[in-house]
Amino acid sequence: MRKVLLLLLLALVAVATTAQAETLKLLTWKGYAPKELVDKFQAETGIAVEVTYSNNEEMIAKLRATRGAGFDLAQPSQDRISSVQEEFGLYQPVDFSKIQAELFIPSMLEAVKKNTLVGGKSFAVPFCWGTSGLIVNADKAAGATSFKALLDPQFEGRVSYRLKRPTLIAMGFALGYDPFALYADPAAYQAMLDKIEQTLIAAKPLVKNYWANGDALLESMRSGEVFVAMAWDNGGWKLHAENPAIDFVAPSEGALGWIDTFAIPAKADNVEAAYKWINFMLRPENAAVFTSAENTPTASKDANAHVVADVRANFERSFPQATIDNIKWYPPVPASLEAMEGKVLDKIKAAK
Amino acid sequence: MENDLSVSRLVKRFGEFTAVDDVSFDVPAGSFFSILGPSGCGKTTMLRMVAGFEEPTSGTIAIRGRDMARVAPNRRPVNLVFQHLALFPMMNVARNIAFGLERRGTPRAEIARRVERTLERVGLPGFGSKEIAQLSGGQKQRVAIARCLVLEPSVLLLDEPLGALDLKLREQMKVELKKLQAKVGTTFIYITHDQSEALVMSDAVAVMNKGRFEQVGSPQELYGDPATPFVAGFVGDSNIWEGTVRECSGQRAVIGTDEGFAFEARRRGACAPGSAVRLFLRPEAMRIEPADASGLNTFRATVKALLFDGANSRLLTVTPAEHELLVTLPQNRRFDHIRPGQEITLGWHPDSGVCFRREGGDA
Amino acid sequence: MRRARLGFWLFLAPVLAWLVLLIVLPHLDLLVMSLRSGSGSRASWTLQNYANFFGEPIYWLTFVRTAMYSVITTAITFLLAMPVAFYIAKVARVRLQGFLLTLLLLPFWVSELVRIYGWMILLRESGVVNFALLKLGLADAPVEMLYNDATMIMGLVYTSMLFMVVPLVSAVESLDDSLIEAAHDLGAGRAAIWWRIILPHCKPGITSGAIVVFMLCLGNYLTPNLMGGKNSLWFTEQIYNQFIASFNWNQGAAFGFLLLALSSAIIWIGLKITGQKLGEVAS
Repeated sequence: MRKVLLLLLLALVAVATTAQAETLKLLTWKGYAPKELVDKFQAETGIAVEVTYSNNEEMIAKLRATRGAGFDLAQPSQDRISSVQEEFGLYQPVDFSKIQAELFIPSMLEAVKKNTLVGGKSFAVPFCWGTSGLIVNADKAAGATSFKALLDPQFEGRVSYRLKRPTLIAMGFALGYDPFALYADPAAYQAMLDKIEQTLIAAKPLVKNYWANGDALLESMRSGEVFVAMAWDNGGWKLHAENPAIDFVAPSEGALGWIDTFAIPAKADNVEAAYKWINFMLRPENAAVFTSAENTPTASKDANAHVVADVRANFERSFPQATIDNIKWYPPVPASLEAMEGKVLDKIKAAK
Repeated sequence: MENDLSVSRLVKRFGEFTAVDDVSFDVPAGSFFSILGPSGCGKTTMLRMVAGFEEPTSGTIAIRGRDMARVAPNRRPVNLVFQHLALFPMMNVARNIAFGLERRGTPRAEIARRVERTLERVGLPGFGSKEIAQLSGGQKQRVAIARCLVLEPSVLLLDEPLGALDLKLREQMKVELKKLQAKVGTTFIYITHDQSEALVMSDAVAVMNKGRFEQVGSPQELYGDPATPFVAGFVGDSNIWEGTVRECSGQRAVIGTDEGFAFEARRRGACAPGSAVRLFLRPEAMRIEPADASGLNTFRATVKALLFDGANSRLLTVTPAEHELLVTLPQNRRFDHIRPGQEITLGWHPDSGVCFRREGGDA
Repeated sequence: MRRARLGFWLFLAPVLAWLVLLIVLPHLDLLVMSLRSGSGSRASWTLQNYANFFGEPIYWLTFVRTAMYSVITTAITFLLAMPVAFYIAKVARVRLQGFLLTLLLLPFWVSELVRIYGWMILLRESGVVNFALLKLGLADAPVEMLYNDATMIMGLVYTSMLFMVVPLVSAVESLDDSLIEAAHDLGAGRAAIWWRIILPHCKPGITSGAIVVFMLCLGNYLTPNLMGGKNSLWFTEQIYNQFIASFNWNQGAAFGFLLLALSSAIIWIGLKITGQKLGEVAS
């Protein structure tokens, strides 16, 4: 009896260790680890990738709950790193000697380095980027070129946006503020939020729903239930392929630009695999696979040549140079703002 | 005499099965009427039709002359004491008894007065505030009856209400029920499979079998003069001989039993020599070692066992052909000498035995 | 004797460990968290998180709204479930009983999310119901049936139905038919039989069903959020927002404890009003 138990225990340990030695536990967004690339990575390195899908808020909550353990690599947006790093110490500094810097677009690498600087060390490298703006059904809502279209009574019941902070930022711009400039001044920021709160509560009858799931929003646009929505560019392009009347529109206030990064949690088990994955994903041919599949450009310098034509066409149609120059990139968010925004969002949701 | 319940040509079928088959009877006001029969004979169906829970297939039920067709149970002037009493466990004794009066909208003070009076009548004064779970079996019984009696029904139906009680209590309740009925004067219709209950309490008993009434009569009539072999076999104990008719004379016939005895006995129905009959004889009709055997049927039998049961003691005897017979053993010390293994003479009067023609061999 | 006691503790140990590790400790951690402000080295003890709930109308109003809708949902669920339970327990034949209960269970073979999306596909403006209405000429233009309180309550009732029906079925099943007949015989009509016999008999089943449904509604997150749409801030969502969106775990923990305390209080009041004890209901 005792021998059997011992054997069982040994077998268990063996299984557990082999499984552990060969995996990379990745906490990321949906679509950021295409199966094709996961398989290729395993073939090259023998490391299996175990993917957990999440979003910015949940990523932070998960890592905060374990104080940075449980995952080997995470992919938060660059503006959501420095404040949580200061407060909770979720990540470890990036060892740039292990990063193949020549794979990256230099300006983007520098920008992320700078934006994630805490105590003289940087905590992330860029992976991909995109914008949020408007998805417009031109047949039903021609001329919607500003975030103000979300407040336009002529689209009553045909408007949709998320009840999340990007919407508040977009409204700030629409109302003539520069929210990013107000980050440093909580009182002024609160005043702006109060104004946004009033505006969005007043505009509530216009809203079809506050979308929470990207696929559900696309379905609403596709079926013609929603004419104008605030959403990410790649969703608009996806619909454009099915119905030319629907497309992503970078609003006149400027599309809101985000960069998603690679950051290594403080208590990662397999740091080496994390660096391998970062360098692997930034290789032009691999980055292009991702871009082609997800309609999302990356920080990989030479990937563009490998991207399929219609994806490139999307980008060139929606982003002439002037529009790119007008993109409002999210700066790092100071910690206290999120609680202020949370209360405003609750009030908007609860209002009748 | 006025009839409280009048049933005529009542039939109830469940699909192919006929539960009650063309039954007619009348119950005079103020009498204690029992329906006696084995389980599955249709007596419960009959009662449920009177109470209104089942709709008759055909036939009529009239209570005090009023036709009850399509009258809902809650509008009939009859009440039913259920087999398992069906007291409401969520109410105390007084609330249980008050239930029917409350439904009628009787004023509160009146209800309280009548509940207390009814409790006294059934011998449970002051029990009103007790919970049902606190009562003994006999007390529950009385509450169930009180709950019906307080409504002063024309007819009280009782569905084997003593079945759940232990033997001793059952004997006691039999007497009490009879006394109670005599005191309140309400017509009771009582159904049971226990012949002793029916015989002890009833003014009249109907014996029911396979959906039909075999015989309706006083307990004495049923016992002493059964009209059918079923009644003869079901009511009281009987010794049975199979045989054939040798000759007929008036109300009597001479029967040759299969084991070779020749007995004279009363007969029921037409008499035809050579026809197969079954002879029924009560254990107490047999006399042990009769001093004067003239006019009696006599035969020899061997005592196999003494079945001592006080006043109900019997001898188990066997004839030479190994036919077992029960013989009442009077406890008057005259027969104290009888021991198992002894051979004795038994005699019985021809009027004590009754024979019925055997139909097809089943009966 | 001593051996027996050792055995007792040995068997109890995993249960105790389970309770302490997975239920008691996390709750204590949350309780501590709810009484602190900030985190790490800057943390200090405070009741501010609880004061915020009562001081800020948006918070306690959301709770009142959540509790009220949960009570309404519980009542509607009961009204719908009672006849169903009675039918299953007393009217339907034995074979049909199993089939009907399986039918009730069927929706629970898929996750709550899938069930709600199912409803959304049916009820949305371009959905199945609207398509049928238009085809049949019963409506001129598609009607938006989602994103209002009535739909949300319907979704909650749908999700809760089983948890009410099952205790009710077993309660009704234990009712002796002859009690109903006896009441009928004693002059009671339909209403009196329901009111005086069936409902009092089923009281423990009703109470346990109502407690389960009330707690499930109060703690539901997906249904109010997805079907209620833009007007339906649910208290659980506020807790989620505090933890996830605002990173204010202290406030979220305080809300969690307030939800626990206030819902327990509501149930306690409900039991008091109907004159019951929790022990009786549980047995």
